Order: sequence, then structure tokens, then C-alpha cells
Amino acid sequence: MTIKRFVGTLAGLGLAMAFATNAAAEEDERFINLASTTSTEQSGLFDAILPQFKEATGIDVRVVAVGTGQAFELARRGDADSLLVHDTAGEKAFIEEGYATERQPVMYNDFVLIGPGEDPADIADADDAADAFARIADAEVPFASRGDDSGTNRAELRLWESAGVDPGGEWYRELGSGMGPTLNTAAGMDAYVMSDRATWVAFDNRQDLEILFDGDEALFNQYGSLLISEERHPHLKHDLAKQWHEWLISADGQQAIADYELDGQQLFFPNAGENGDD
Amino acid sequence: MNDMNTAPTSATMLAMEGVAFTHRGHALLKDVSLSLSRHGNTIVMGPNGAGKSLLMRLLHGLLSPTHGRLRWHGQSGRPPRQAMVFQRPVMLRRSAIANVTYALAVQGTRWRDRRPQAWDALERFGLTEIAHRPARVLSGGEQQRLALARAWALRPEILFLDEPTSALDPAAIKAVEDAVIDFHHQGTRIVMNTHDLHQARRLADDIVFLCQGRVIEHNQADSFFTTPRTREAAAFVRGELVW
Amino acid sequence: MLSEDNAFTTALQLIIGLDETLVGIVALSMQVSLTAVLIAAMLGLPLGAAVALWRFPGRGLVIIILNAFMGLPPVVAGLVVYLMLSRAGPLGELGLLFTPSAMVIAQILLILPIIAALTRQHTEERWDEYREQLTSFRVSRVRAIPTLLWDARFSLMTVILAGFGRASAEVGAVMIVGGNIDGVTRVMTTAIVLETNKGNLPLALGLGMILLLLVALINAGAFLIGEEARRRLG
Repeated sequence: MTIKRFVGTLAGLGLAMAFATNAAAEEDERFINLASTTSTEQSGLFDAILPQFKEATGIDVRVVAVGTGQAFELARRGDADSLLVHDTAGEKAFIEEGYATERQPVMYNDFVLIGPGEDPADIADADDAADAFARIADAEVPFASRGDDSGTNRAELRLWESAGVDPGGEWYRELGSGMGPTLNTAAGMDAYVMSDRATWVAFDNRQDLEILFDGDEALFNQYGSLLISEERHPHLKHDLAKQWHEWLISADGQQAIADYELDGQQLFFPNAGENGDD
Repeated sequence: MNDMNTAPTSATMLAMEGVAFTHRGHALLKDVSLSLSRHGNTIVMGPNGAGKSLLMRLLHGLLSPTHGRLRWHGQSGRPPRQAMVFQRPVMLRRSAIANVTYALAVQGTRWRDRRPQAWDALERFGLTEIAHRPARVLSGGEQQRLALARAWALRPEILFLDEPTSALDPAAIKAVEDAVIDFHHQGTRIVMNTHDLHQARRLADDIVFLCQGRVIEHNQADSFFTTPRTREAAAFVRGELVW
Repeated sequence: MLSEDNAFTTALQLIIGLDETLVGIVALSMQVSLTAVLIAAMLGLPLGAAVALWRFPGRGLVIIILNAFMGLPPVVAGLVVYLMLSRAGPLGELGLLFTPSAMVIAQILLILPIIAALTRQHTEERWDEYREQLTSFRVSRVRAIPTLLWDARFSLMTVILAGFGRASAEVGAVMIVGGNIDGVTRVMTTAIVLETNKGNLPLALGLGMILLLLVALINAGAFLIGEEARRRLG
């Protein structure tokens, strides 16, 4: 009977697949889960450097790309073997809470201020980042904020503070989204937006948006790698995570980061060993 | 013997003792005591709403009486192998022959015996041509014959038929009546409902006459039709409206 | 600039090129959703039939809960499964988080109520029709379950396809419990979200077209088989 054969085939297929899933999972015991940010994932950096790390050590790094806030939460609950994020203050607090034992600066990129080409708030002529933010608030032109407690969001809020602005009102739009969706939305409503340079360079749907202001040191975006506390989460793969952590700040790792280019632009600048706290 | 005794005797197969059935406060069947002998065709008659179908379901065990009890005699009181044919045949969504093999399967027939036995039953009822057709696209008459073939395959000791011909044309009615006679010759005890007086005359050995939820007469068929004992039965036999 | 033509050619190029990454993503999508549907059906079909057959106290509540859970937001399902499978959660020891198995579990949670609730409806209709005949055959209720499921098979096929559609189309749950890890837990829907986030809208739409095409193919296959069987068996 056709139906019976069909159901039988389906059942067999399902079981075979279930086994295949398990087999694939067991094959690769040497891997770690790395909680990191969407900006590093979407810029293509991991695609470039992870194969080199794997070649050197045989370890697979599985990247779970989320906002910095969620990345901390994953690590706090013991769901990530390693952490690579960009929120220096948050990282230090994380160590103080006892969830991580060591933090190393790895690299930086920078934030850029993006807006519609006509630049109605005239931020291209701003003196510094704080001035640019103040001009946007004065002009009350639409500004798209991540609003998701990510590293970028936290940096943006610090910049508003330094501009002496308490952002709010019709023009200030908190999206509660990742960098990519926020850029998509900003493009759709011709809004100003702050993005890390890497995500912006890798981003395709720009429409009328372009970089209007960059280069101020206040827009510096430091990435740090954290070693998670063995005491707090003994079940994690600390040995493998330590190898990853050390490779990132090693000469090889730093070189791999420096070598990554997109559209002829270097996106991340290795600075391991430097103070790099701000 | 004109008078059917309601008291069980050694020839009794099934006895109802003071059976009543009440549904949502309505007494649909009241104080029925009835004994059915081991052989013969019993026809249950009565006006619409008298409780004929309900009586059939209680006898077959589809429903349990709210008062009184049902007793099977012989076989240490266990119910015998039985089957029922409904007014509207219930066909499973499978082929005709699969309807029969299903009944055999749930009865516990061994797997390798099911198809031959089902085929025999279909053959007896002239259904082999349509054995592999979906049962639910068969005509009403074919479906009822298939229901009979399905019952036949179960080799019941007692067969209940609930107005099996009421929705059929004359040729199909003839086929059902022939089947009832065949069952009878096989030694199957028949209990059947009908409101067709002619059919009752053709098939009945004895008549149970129901009116308003009571058995008001249980009589040999010839006596029932020639000299009914109750006023209601007399009127019914004459073809008058009784309720 | 984005245009439909653009997305369409992208989809076509992806299919024709048989891109290795794409093949892996499609295979994982199908593997996860088919496994989830299979397990959900094995649990949900008998469960739905049992609720149809038995009268017990609280039955109405069970039906209401099943119906309500048909509308469970995938993100909530994902969050619940995440909290269960997280290291800090009760099943953390199993180490299933961020694996395809976790995605299967989340999808089962999503579609089990659909399959059970709709199976309950369909088998109850059959039971109303068959009850007297099956009781006459002295069929026990446990034995009636496979009978009713088999006789409702055409409706149930649609139910299972609906479950498969929901499983393969949802993104909220698998994103949370799978983590969208490249080459490990990246499926069609999470890949679409990623490409959308990267502003690569033609590629995202192209992937969406491929997903739709696959679901349509599976539906068409089931439909044709169903029609053939219906024609033969009525």
C-alpha cells in the first residue's frame, strides 16, 4: 500500500537523520562555544580567522552571535566556554562578580556615525563626537538606537551623556534590535544611526545612508576576550577555551586579525598587550 | 403453545429480567422481562419510538440497563459470539475486504486465516467483484450486504439486525432477507427489528411487540398475526396507527 | 538596490550552483524539522486520539490547553527550552544546548500541541461515527486508537503537514536554542535572519524562496500520494 510505504519511508528517514545528527555531534569533540557579538560575526572576521585557529590547534570554535548583554548572560549561566565582547566596563564588572578570571584586550575597531546623505543635522562639520550627538538632538532629526543593551548601545548612551543630552522624544527611536536590523530600519526611515565600522562595511542595504562622522577617539570600540571562571563553571572546556584566548593575543592571532580586510579595508586593529581600556 | 413464557427454561438462551433504561429522566424502556429461546428468528415490532432499537442495543450489550439485568444461559453465563447489523451500515474507510478482515482481526482470528475467511464471506454475498473497492463508495444495498458478509465472517451464535432493510430498494431487501434465512440455516439465532409487517410474516418464528417502552406481547408469529392478544397489537396488525 | 528579479536570480544561482554551505543548511533544516515532526506525530497522534476516546475529569481543560498552545509564540517555546537545557537549568547536564537536538526539542514543543489538538478533533468525529460498530466488534478503546488514526489518515496527513510547515518556518525558537552556529546549527530560517541583518536582502529573499520551494515540494508529494490513495480507497 502506497501510504504505508510512504509512512515507512518517512519514519526510516527520520530515524536515520536523528542518528546522523548524533554521529555528527560525537565526531567533533574538540570544540568550544564562543559567545560573541553580532558585529564580529556579521563582519566576516570569524570566517577569516577561525580556520587558522583550527589549523593551529584542531579546535572548532562555534560562534553564538548575540548582543553583548545576552552574551554576558549566556556566560553567566554556564552556556558558553568563552567570551569575546566589546564593553570594557561590563567586562570588568563581570570579573568582579567572579564569573571570569582574566580579561585581555584583543583588538579594536571604531564606531561611525551614519546618516542620510543630505545630513540635515550637519554633523559632518562637528568638532567631535559629542558635538555631533548634540547637533542631532538640537535638530531633532530621527535617530535610530539599538536599544538592546548591547555593547554598541551602551557606548551610544555614554556618548549622549558626554554631549549633555538625555535622549528621548519623537525623534529618538529605540528599536530593540541587533546592528543589522537597526541599519535596515535606519535606511528605511532616513535616520541617523551609530554603527561599528565592521558591520557597516559588510552591510549591503545602505540606500541613502553614508558615513558622516568618524575618527574621534571617543568612538573607539575595544574588544576583550574573557577567561571564564573554572570555579564557577567547572563543566566548561576551560583547557580549549584557554588555548583560544591565548591564540587571540598571540602573534599569530593578532596577525590573522590584522590581515582581515573587506572591500580593501582593514576592519579590526589588533592591540593585545596595550592598555586599551578606553 | 400460543403463550410465550417469560420465565427462563432449559431452552432459554437469553433472559432480560426487569430491565429498564432511563436517559436524562425519561424512562425509555420500562420493566422489560423477556426470554429468548436457543433457536429461531425473533422479530421485534412496534410503532416508532416504542424502544425497538434501544432494546436491540441492550440485548447486544452496546448499552447497559439502568435497572434490571441481562442473563445469558449456558457457557457459564458468558455472552456468546455475536454480531449486529445496523440500519445504516458503518463502513470503515478501507476496501470492502479490509472491512471484513478488520472484524476478523479484532475478533482474534489468526493473520493467515483472515483473508481466506473474508473472501469466503464476500463470495457468499456475491461481493467478490467489489472486494477491493473502497467500502464507502458502494451503494446502500452493497454496503448492507457487506455488513452482512462482515457479520457472517464472525460466525456469530446470535445476530442482531436493527431495521436492516428500511433504507433499501426491493432487490436489496430480498438479498438481506435471503441472508437472514442463510444465517438461520447455519444455526445462528436471529433477533431483528422491522416495521414491515410483510417482512415479519416472511421471517418470524416469534414476535416481540413493544409499545411505549414496554413489551406488551411476546407471541408465536402465526398467533400474533391471526389472534393477537392485545388491543394495540391487533390494531397494529390491521395496519392502523398505533402509538 | 533590491528588486524581486535580483532575489529570484540569487535563488536560482544558489540552486544551480549547489553551493556546499547552502546544501548543508538545507539538509540540516529538513533533518531537524522532519525529526521534530516525526517525534511529535508519534506522541501527538495517540495523545489526541486518547483525549478523543476517553471521558475523564479535566478533559475540557486539557482540550483548552492544547488549543491554546497551538498559538504558542516560537520565541517563548525557545526560551522555555533554553532555560531547561541551559547549564543552570534542570537538563543542563545533558549538554544539548546549541546542538541540533535542542532545536528538535524546541520544534517538538511547538508542534506537538497542533498535532494533538487537531488529531483530537478528527478522531472524535470518526469515533462518533464508529463507536457503536466498534463496540459491537468488542474493540477496546486502546485497540480503537490505531483504527481511528488510520481511518482519519487523510485529514491527519494535512495535520502533520501543518506541523511540518510551522516547524520549518519558525525562527524564534531555533535561534535561541541553536545559536545559529555556522555549520552546526544554522538552518534556513536563521540564515535568512542573518542575511537580513547583514543587509543582504536579495540573498535573504533567495533563501526564503528556496525554503518555500522545499515546503511546497513536500506538500505536493504528500498531496499527490494522498489523492492517489483517496482515489483507490475512498
